[in-house]
Amino acid sequence: MNFLLSVIVWLPLLGALILLFAPGISDHAAKRVALIWSLVVFAASLPLIPGFGFFDPSRAQLQLIERVPWIGAFGVDYHLAVDGISLWLVLLTTFLTPIVILSTFDSVNTRVRAFEAFMLALQTGMLGVLLAQDLFLFYIFWEFTLVPMYFLIGIWGGSRRIYATVKFFLYTFAASVLMLLAIIALYVLWGANSFSLPDMLNAMRTGQFTLDQNLARWLFLAFFAAFAVKVPLWPFHSWLPDAHTEAPTAGSVILAGVLLKLGGYGFIRFNLQLFPEASRFFAPAIGVLAVIGIIYGAWIAYAQTDIKKLVAYSSVSHLGFVMLGIFALNPIGLHGAILQMVNHGLSTGALFLVVGMIYERRHTRDINAFGGLWKVMPVYTFLSLLIVMSSIGLPALNGFVGEATIMFGAFSSPFLGWEFAAFGLLGVILAAVYLLWMFRRVMMGDVTEATAKLRDITRLELTMLVPLIALIILIGLYPAPFFRAMNESVTALANSIGPTLAAR
Amino acid sequence: MEFTPPQTDFATIGPPLVLVVWATILLLVDLFIGNKRTTAILALVGLAAAAAAAVPFYGQTPRISFAGMAILDDTAIAIDWILVLVTAITILFSIDYLKRQAIEMGEFYPVLLFTTAAMMMMGHGRNLIALFISLEWLSIGLYVLAGFAYPRIRSQEAAMKYLLYGAFAAGFLIYGIALIYGVTGTADLATIADQLRADQALRSSPVLLIGLGLLLIGFGYKISMVPFHMWTPDVYEGSPTPVSGYMSAATKAAGFAALLRVVDIAFPVDVLPVWQIMLAVLAALTMLVGNIAAVAQSNIKRMLAYSSVAHAGFILCALVAINVPGAVQSYLYYILAYALTNLGAFAVVIALEQAGEERFDIADLAGLGWRQPLLGAAMAIFMLSLAGVPPLAGFFAKWLVFQVAYQGGFWWLALIGLLSSVISAFYYLRIIVNMYMREPTEPARSFTTTPLLAGVALAALLVIVQGFLTNPVLNLVGQTVAAGR
Repeated sequence: MNFLLSVIVWLPLLGALILLFAPGISDHAAKRVALIWSLVVFAASLPLIPGFGFFDPSRAQLQLIERVPWIGAFGVDYHLAVDGISLWLVLLTTFLTPIVILSTFDSVNTRVRAFEAFMLALQTGMLGVLLAQDLFLFYIFWEFTLVPMYFLIGIWGGSRRIYATVKFFLYTFAASVLMLLAIIALYVLWGANSFSLPDMLNAMRTGQFTLDQNLARWLFLAFFAAFAVKVPLWPFHSWLPDAHTEAPTAGSVILAGVLLKLGGYGFIRFNLQLFPEASRFFAPAIGVLAVIGIIYGAWIAYAQTDIKKLVAYSSVSHLGFVMLGIFALNPIGLHGAILQMVNHGLSTGALFLVVGMIYERRHTRDINAFGGLWKVMPVYTFLSLLIVMSSIGLPALNGFVGEATIMFGAFSSPFLGWEFAAFGLLGVILAAVYLLWMFRRVMMGDVTEATAKLRDITRLELTMLVPLIALIILIGLYPAPFFRAMNESVTALANSIGPTLAAR
Repeated sequence: MEFTPPQTDFATIGPPLVLVVWATILLLVDLFIGNKRTTAILALVGLAAAAAAAVPFYGQTPRISFAGMAILDDTAIAIDWILVLVTAITILFSIDYLKRQAIEMGEFYPVLLFTTAAMMMMGHGRNLIALFISLEWLSIGLYVLAGFAYPRIRSQEAAMKYLLYGAFAAGFLIYGIALIYGVTGTADLATIADQLRADQALRSSPVLLIGLGLLLIGFGYKISMVPFHMWTPDVYEGSPTPVSGYMSAATKAAGFAALLRVVDIAFPVDVLPVWQIMLAVLAALTMLVGNIAAVAQSNIKRMLAYSSVAHAGFILCALVAINVPGAVQSYLYYILAYALTNLGAFAVVIALEQAGEERFDIADLAGLGWRQPLLGAAMAIFMLSLAGVPPLAGFFAKWLVFQVAYQGGFWWLALIGLLSSVISAFYYLRIIVNMYMREPTEPARSFTTTPLLAGVALAALLVIVQGFLTNPVLNLVGQTVAAGR
C-alpha cells in the first residue's frame, strides 16, 4: 500500500469537510463523529509502528515515498515520505488528536461543529508538515496550520483571545515569509527546476549544488526565523504565553503537543541538512539562546499565579532543552531532542488537560484559589503528580530519558560543551522548584470552602489521561524501541553534518 | 503610387469585435425588453460568444493585422478570457443590486460590454495609438458606470473625480506617445524596439526616456500605482459597488495588459533596462504605501481600494523581471487570482448592502460569519487569499511573482513584497476577527438573491481551486509574448 501516508494526511481534512457540510448534525453527534474519525486516523497510522512491515527501522533513508508531479512548470512535486526523524512525531500527532477531541466533550459547547472541523483540518496541516519532502509543499502545509489554530484561539479562547490570536498569526506569518524567500532562493540558485529536498541534498553532497558560505548563513537565518518563532526559542517566545493562556484547553494541548514540535522538526529536517556549515557556525550561539530560554522560562514560570501561564512558560524552558539537543549536532543529542519532543508533547499536553479539568470545575486558574485538592480529588491529584513528575524529569518517567540524553549530547558535543549541560541541569532543578511549588499550593494544604465540593476525576477525564500516562511510563521504563526506530536516520543525518567533527 | 489598403484580419480583434456588435444590438433590443434580467442574461450570452471567438486561435501562431495595430496571441486571449470571467461575475452581482438601488436601466449591461471590449483591446493593441484609443474608450465607459447611481451625490463625485484624474492620465500618456514618436518616428511597438536596437544614441536620448516615463505615469494611473493612486479610494467608495469591484479587477487587468505589451515589446530589458529599476522602486512604494494606508481604513470599500493599490505593486514585481522565463505566466496568473479574489470581496459587500446593511464600517461586520455562514466563509477565503495564505490562489500568485523578481535579480523587491504582505495580513485578519470572533450586534437577516450567491460561490470556488490547478492555469494563460515582438 503505497498511499498510506496520503491517507493519513488527507483523512482528517475529509472529516472536517464532512462535519462542515453535514446538515443538521447535533453538537453531541459532531463530537462523536470527530472522535471516531480521529480514532480511524490513528488506526490508519498504527501500521507505521516498526514491526508492522511498513516502516523499516534499519533504513536511514526516506520510506513509503509518494511522489507525483504537481506544478510541472516550476518543478513542484506532491512528495510525501517518512523516516526515523518524523516517525514518532507523526504518531504523536495521530495519538494526541483523539485525546484532544475527547477533551472537548466537556469543555466546548458553542459552535461545536466548527470547532471539531478546525481541529481535524489542523491535523491535516500538521501531518503534512511532518511528511512533506518538497520544500514548497512543506511551506504550504506549514502556513496552512496557522489558519485553523487562528480560528481555534480566536473563537473559543479566553477574554483576550483576539489579541492573542492576531499576535500568534502575525508573529508566525512574519517569520515564515522569510523562510519562503529562502526557499525561493534555494530553488533559483540550484536551477534544477525542483523543490525536492532529498534531491537538493543529494546535489549538495555530490557537489553539483554548492552554496556560497555567506549566503548559506543568511539562508540558514531565514529558516531559523520561521522555526525559532515556532519552537519558540528565547527571545522569540513572546507570542506563546498569550496564545497558550487564551486558547481553549484543546487548543493549548495541540499547540504544546504538536505545533511547537514542528519548529524543532524543521530545524532538524531543513537547517541541519541544508546548511551543515552554517549549523556548525551558529550552534554555539543557538546553544546560548537555548540555555537562556531554559533558565528564563523556568524563572518566569515560578512567578506566575495563573497555572496555565505557568505551564506555558515551562514549555519555553523545556523546549530550550530540545534546542540544546538539536544543536549539539551529534547523534546522541539529536536522539534526545527528538524523544524529548515526543515527551514534551505527552507531558505538557497532559498538564494542560489537567489544568483544564480544574478550570472546568472552578472557572479560575489562579493558584491561590486552590488548595487541598488531594483530599477531595485523590485520584486526580495522584495522576497530576505523575504528570508533574514526568515534566520535572523524574527517573523512570519519560522526561528523564529525554533530558538525560540531551545532556549527554550537549556535554560531548564539540560545539557546546559541559557549560551548556551544567546550565541545563540547573534548568531541571528549577523545573522541580516551580512545578512542585505549584503542586503544593494547588493540591496540598487544607481544604478550602471553595474546593470542598469538587468532584473527583470523571470517567471521561480518566479516559483522556490514562493513555498519556501509560506512554509516559512506557517511555520512561523502556525507551529502547523508540530510539531504535530513529537511530539509523538520526545517525546518518548527524554524520552528514559533521564530516569535520573529527577535525575540530 | 498605388494605395494598398492594410490587410485586415478580423480574427485579431475577434473577441472585442463580437462584444461591440453584441452590445450595439443589445442596446436596441433592450428597448423592447421589460424584464432587465433578460438583458443581463443576453449580455452573459454575448460574453460567452466573445470567449468562444478566441478558442480556435488559442495555441496557434500569433496573428498580426490592421497595419500592425492589433495582435492575437495567447497572452491576448488569456486577457480576453480573464475579462470575460470578471465581467460575467460582475453581471451576476449587478442584477439585483441595480434593482434595489432603483437604478435598474438596461443600458448598464451594454455599457459594461462596450467597456469590456475596450479593455480587451488593451491586450490586443500593438501600437501606442491603438493602446491610447483603447484606454480612452474604456475610460469613457467607466465614467458612465461610476456615475450610474447618479441620484447619489457620492456616485456623481466618483464619476467626476475619475473623469478629472483620467483626463490627466490621458494627457500624460498622449504627451509621452508624442515624445516617443518624435524620437523614433513610429508608434508601432515592435518598430520602436527595432529602432532602439539599431541606434545606440537613441537609447540614451533624454526625450525618449521622458516619453517612457510619461507612458508609465499614464498607465500608472489606471493600475493605481503609487504615487498616482490618489483617486482610487474615493472612486471605489463612491461608485456603485459592482462597478467598484469591476474597476478593481477588470481595469487593472486591462492596464497591466497594455503595460506588458509596452515594456515587453517596445522596450525589451536587453535593449533598455533603465525602466526596470524605475518600476522596481515604484513597485516597492506601491506595496508599502498601499498596505500601510489600508491598515488605517475603517471603511471596507476604502480598505479594499487601498488593498487593490497594494496588489498593483505585487503584480509589478513580475513586470520588473519580465525577461525571466515564466514571468509572463506569473504576471497573468496573479492578475487572474487577484481579479477573482477582489471581485469576490466586493460581492460580499454588495450582499451586505442587499441584506439591508448599507453600511461599510468594518465594525459592522461583527458576527457576520455566524449570521451569514456562506457569505462569511467566502469573505474569510477572500481575505486569506489576499493576505497570501496557502493553499489559496493569492498565495500561489505571490509565490510566483516573488520568485520571478528574485530570479530577475530583485531579491530586495521580493523581500519588501513579503514583508508588506505581513502588514497586509494585519488588516485582512481584522475583517475575519470581526466576522468570527466578535459577537453579532444584530439579528440574522435572511435574503435570497440567487445570482449574487452564485457569483460569490463561483469566485470562492475558483480562488480555492486555482492554487491546486496552478499548472493547467499557467499553461492556459499563455506561453509568451515573445512571438509578438
